[in-house]
Parts: sequence; C-alpha cells; structure tokens
Amino acid sequence: MLRYTVKRLGSLLASLVVASLVIFACIEVVPGDPASFMLGINAQPDTVAALREELGLNRAPHERYIAWVGGLVTGDFGTSYTYRSPVSEIVVERLAISLPLAIYALSLTILVAFPVGILAATRRGSLTDISVMATTQLGVAIPNFWFALLMVLVFAVNLRWFSAGGFPGWDAGIPAAVKALTLPAIALALPQASILARVMRSSLLDTLSEDYIRTARAKGLTGRQALRKHALRNALIPVLTIIGLQFSFLLAGAIIIENVFFLPGLGRLVFQAISQRDLIVVESVVMILVFAVIIVNFLVDLAYAWVDPRLRSRT
Amino acid sequence: MNSIRKSATAFALLALTAGGAWAAKSDVTIGLQLEPPHLDPTSAAAGAIDQVLYSNVFEGLTRFGPDGSVGPGLAESWEISADGTTYTFNLRPDVKFHDGTDLEATDVVFSLDRARAEDSQNAQKALFSGIKSVEANGPTTVVVTLNAPQGNFLFNMAWGDAVIVAPESIDDIKGNPVGTGAFRFSEWKRGDSITIVRNADYWGAAPALEQATFKFISEPTAAFSAMMAGDIDAFYSYPAPENLVQFEADPRFTVLAGNTEGETILAINNKMEPFGDVRVRKAVSMAIDRQAIIDGAMFGYGTPIGTHFAPHHPDYVDLTGNAPHDPEAAKALLAEAGYPDGFETTLKLPPPSYARRGGEIIAAQLREIGIETEISNLEWAQWLEQVFRGYDYGLTIVSHTEPMDIGIYARPTYYFQYDNPAFQALINDLSVENDPATRSAMLMEAQKTISEDYVNGFLFQLALTSVVDARLDGIWPDAPTQAVDLTGVSWTE
Repeated sequence: MLRYTVKRLGSLLASLVVASLVIFACIEVVPGDPASFMLGINAQPDTVAALREELGLNRAPHERYIAWVGGLVTGDFGTSYTYRSPVSEIVVERLAISLPLAIYALSLTILVAFPVGILAATRRGSLTDISVMATTQLGVAIPNFWFALLMVLVFAVNLRWFSAGGFPGWDAGIPAAVKALTLPAIALALPQASILARVMRSSLLDTLSEDYIRTARAKGLTGRQALRKHALRNALIPVLTIIGLQFSFLLAGAIIIENVFFLPGLGRLVFQAISQRDLIVVESVVMILVFAVIIVNFLVDLAYAWVDPRLRSRT
Repeated sequence: MNSIRKSATAFALLALTAGGAWAAKSDVTIGLQLEPPHLDPTSAAAGAIDQVLYSNVFEGLTRFGPDGSVGPGLAESWEISADGTTYTFNLRPDVKFHDGTDLEATDVVFSLDRARAEDSQNAQKALFSGIKSVEANGPTTVVVTLNAPQGNFLFNMAWGDAVIVAPESIDDIKGNPVGTGAFRFSEWKRGDSITIVRNADYWGAAPALEQATFKFISEPTAAFSAMMAGDIDAFYSYPAPENLVQFEADPRFTVLAGNTEGETILAINNKMEPFGDVRVRKAVSMAIDRQAIIDGAMFGYGTPIGTHFAPHHPDYVDLTGNAPHDPEAAKALLAEAGYPDGFETTLKLPPPSYARRGGEIIAAQLREIGIETEISNLEWAQWLEQVFRGYDYGLTIVSHTEPMDIGIYARPTYYFQYDNPAFQALINDLSVENDPATRSAMLMEAQKTISEDYVNGFLFQLALTSVVDARLDGIWPDAPTQAVDLTGVSWTE
C-alpha cells in the first residue's frame, strides 16, 4: 500500500507542474489588457501605463511565471488586479460557498442514487426498475438551469418559502445559510443523482451475474446477504470513479447554477475574472481547481485500493 | 371576562407589533447588475463604484442634482476671479469624515493633487489637466488656479472621480472607503452585496433610510425572480426590458423610464477605407432606421439622436433630419462614391444587449444598401484591444456614457479617428470660454459639425429603466451620472 501511495504521489506532483505551465501559457496568449479594462475608454495613455507598471505587467513572461509559481509554493497566490486584494482571501471567501454547496449536492446525490440504484438492480425488469430508468433518463435530459428556474418560480416567487437566490453568509447562522443553498443543491444534484443511480444499477447488475455471487447463494446466503456481503462492495469501483468526477465538477462547474441563484461561488469568480482579464485570479483559481481535482483523484485511487486489494499489488 | 381581557391584550399587542413593523421599514435593498471591483471611485472607470458610493458615501466640492445640474457640495460657495482662472472654494465648516476627523482644506488639496499626479490612476485624469495649483488658505478655504479659463470646471468637480477622500484612509480605500456622505460604508460581502448605514454626524439633512443594501445580480432571469419574490425593493437599470410590460401591469411595482448620458452610436473607423469618404459615411447613416432599432433592440425605450449630445440638455439640437432613413438615397450616395455594388466590412459588437441586438438589425439595414457586414461578438477586453486601441474594425456599436463628452471628437487618435482641425479648434475655444451664451452657441456649432461630417452613425440616447417597489419614493429616474443617490429616498406608507 505504501509503494502504491508513493507512486500515486509522484504522478500527482508531475501533473501539477505540467498543469501550471499549461495554464500560464494559455493565459499568456489571451488578448486583452487588465489595466485598459479597469480604466475604461476615457483614460489617458499615461494613466494606463502607470497602472500596468504597478501591476507588474511590464515584466517578461518567464519572470512572471517564476514569481507566480514561487508564490504558489510558499502559499502566496498574488494580488488580484481588479479587486486589489490577495487572491487567497478572495478564493477562501468563495470556497466558503462552493465547497459546502458541492458537499451538500453530492450528499443529496449519494443519498438518492444509492437506494434507487440498488432497488432498481435488485428488481430488474419490474415496474419499479422501469420507472427508475425513465425518471433518471428525464433527470439527465432536463437542463439543470431550467429546473432551477422552475424551482425558483414555484418555491420563491409563488410560495415564497425560499429567497430567489443570494447567500446571507455563514455568520447569519447555519440554518439560514443551509436554506439558501438548498434549492441550488437540489438543482445541481438532479442530473448527478440520475447519472449515479444508473451507474449504480448497471454496475450492481454486472456483479450480481458474477460466478462468486452464484457460489455465495449456493453456500446458502440469502439474496440480501449476498448483495450486502459480496455484490455491493465489488460494484462500488465504477461508482467511486463517477463520484470523484462529480465532486470535481460540482466544485468548479456550478457557474450556471451560481448565476441563476446569484451565489458568489468559485465558478462565478472565474467567469468574472476572465471577462475582466484579472489574469492572476484566473491562473490561481484554475491552479487550485486542478489541485483539487488531482487530490480527489488521488483519494479515489486510494479508495479503489481499499475496496479492491488486488489493485495494491498490481501497480 | 377574563377571556375578553386576554383578547383585548392580544389585540393591543398585535396592533403594537403591527405598528412597530410598519414604522420600522427604514432599510432598502437595491439590485444592481454589476459589482464594483473595489471601492475607490478615484482610481477606476467602473460605473458600479459610483452607483454605490457617489453622493451616498463620497462627496465632491460640487455635486450633480437629479436633473444633471451642478450645485454646491462640500463647497458651500465659491468665487471665480474676473479672468476665470482662479476659483476660491469656501468649504462647509462642520463636515466630518466617517472616521471622525474634520474635513479641512488640506484634504481637498490632497485629493486634487492625488488625482492629477504623474502616477495618478484616475480614469478621468483629463478632468484635472487644466489645474495649475491647489492651495489651502486657512482651514476652510481652497484656492484652485487654472492654466487657462475653463468653462466646465465646476461641472468637472462634480464627477465621481473628483470626490474628496481622507488622506489617512488611502491605503485601505479599496476595501474600506471613508467619505463625508450621508451614509457610511458598513459591509461588503464580496460577490453578493454591499451595505451602507446612515451617518449620524452628517452635515446636511439626515436621510430617511437607516440602512441600504446593494445586491449584485447580473443574470436577467435572476433579477426578475428576485424582484418578484420580494428579495429586493428596487432594481436600478433593470437588465431585461422584455419583462417591463409585466412589471408595468403589476400594481406592486413602478417602472421608471429616464434618460442617461449614454449616446449610443454606430462608430465608424474614419481612417479605414472606404469610410474616409464622407459620402460613404452619410450613406451608412441614411441606411439606418433608428426607430426600428429602438423598437427591435430596446423594446421601445430610447430617444433617437442625430449627433453626439444628450437630448435632455438645454443646448441640444435635433439633427436627426441630417440623416433620415432613406435606403434609395443611400444607395445613390454609395454609387457616387464608387461603390455601386456596395462593399464588405466588419461589425464588432461588445457584450451589452444594445450592441448585440442592435447589431443584428443594423446589419440587415446595411445589407439593403449593399453593405455586407461580418459580425463578430467580442468581450469588453477584446473590444478594447482590437477596436479601441488597435483600430482594427470597420464598424462597432458603443454607448458613450460619460456626461458632456463631445470633446472626444477633438482627439484625432480616439478610436473612430476623426481628424478635423476646425472642430479641434472649436473645442479648444470652448474649453476656455466662460460666457454662458457663447458657450451655448459653440456647443450647438460642435453638434452640427460632427453631424454634418457624418463621423458616426448616431443612433439613440440610451434609456434608463428601473423597476421600483410602488411604495418607495425618491429614486432618481434619470442618470445624469452613474449614481444611485439614496439621500432623498424614503418609504411612503
């Protein structure tokens, strides 16, 4: 297990270095100057020059790359061009929404998908199975921003149970904050739960038809016992992969849902930063997301090995 | 008997709490499309900064009124020397900054010197370029000496970029603005909202509101649901004109339709062939059906213009007749200029809906006279790079939101590259002219010159449409500057 962990850590580091180079190079070729953007169309050229100088935009690209990576290593993510405050501070503020929202949505996903998937798999071909398949098909097909708008119309505009959006902050109390994240979490979870339930079902069906299940049943285990002791654990590998992907997606890919509910999350931060050419924010946030994805994948890799001991020796 | 007393008490309590709730409504939540990048109005162009802070938190020597007139601000009066080059401002004696320090003449000197310094990051540095020196003369008198007389100096000092800041607050101003206004900055939940609260030490009349929260919602559908769900009391510059009919029909809301300083133009690259030929530019202008654009792109909100000047200004001249919609005449002009079959050009569109929606309509109108446009949609940063600084475009659509900005036509390197020495001389003379009647005549002359040179296709004055809770009173319908002045806003019931 140790050798396996060290190997995984090595590839993790290599991925990070490559990612930092790619991100920096991509951002370098994006046209547009942050200083001109901030000063608008009436600014005098010398004012723009003064601002460029202060932001350090006149330095050579390799100098800026080294300064940036050097900062990242020491935990200094730089100062935002537009907001003029430390990127780390801004990102932490946004993560205080994006991270709980992702966890909330993923929990809902798992809470719904597991029982539904298992139910459908164990009653293959039944009416339950068919309706689960139909509903999840619909869940995947419905665009989640549309579903979000529908929920806003019903629960915020008509019933007034929820606000139409916004986030009161964690200092307004945990119930208020959780309430504000509920509709967005449901909107995010709908397609994810549908996908995960389908994966759970098909993966479980695969394992249920394996020889060792038949053997287990032959030894005298009931269907339920065989499912719990043998089938579930083996069916988890593809499910874990999907959960890992889903978590990364929920953390960074909630831009549209964040816009519908005007939540100040990480996705909206990146979106705004790109249009304002706040390149340092874009670089650093993308790097943090890459880091998060790599860490999640690393954890998923470890979880594979935990679920399936054969993987530890194979690599 | 007991139960009667009980219910009487309950009733009294109910009346009390109901009355309490009724009297307690002294806060307001205002929706805005864009969030300020930071909170220093003197070092960025972002209009959102002024929308939140102008007149609420920060004040200048002079200030804009709801109709765009310039009145006293922190300076209660001023004297102008006979030659027009020396302005002596008398500051109000009882003004305190929000940090408790007194406003003194040296603070004004500091603020103006900072704005015009060599390394200044003021987005409107040109406002201060005529200043020769700023001196304090005692604690409440400031003497500003100009290089030459400047007719619009008091107007310039009313801009959000010219507000007076506290010297000791500069290091933190981007996150913690300290001004002299009727409200003090309270909290910024980045990405979500900014809250300001009533300033108990304000020198002027206390505002009716105790607290105001600006909430930032950029998505039109989200703005609609937030308004409908009662999350916000007013949406300033409402982003989706298609919903306005619905709000107008709803007795809970009032729709305010006002003017802005935004002249929306089809800008023409005057140095790119074939636009160097005035006949081609005239043909473009005559191909345009302004009303069709206002109806199609702006849902009917907007006033047609024939020059680069705001129609609500007293010196405005209606020159729309210089380029009536006449495709046949436009075709004839093109033929005369040597393009009987038209030509191809680019039409580069920045993100606002007036440009994207208007662009499609204009492209169709130009096609009628044989001009084929290749439309590209740009982000603002790309637009600044390609169009504004690179001159790499044939046509583009922009709303110029700065007040009284006809002077940009005297800058030959400005992005539409109009180079007319006579016009430049006129603007030069105007800037040193102090006599109101002469100024008025010169402004009219300037409007005629650019209209008759068909520098750009002059489309319409951008309207400001805000959706407001019907019980809320005092929101400015017009936008003489980018400001949501809350000092006169109150609840009516």
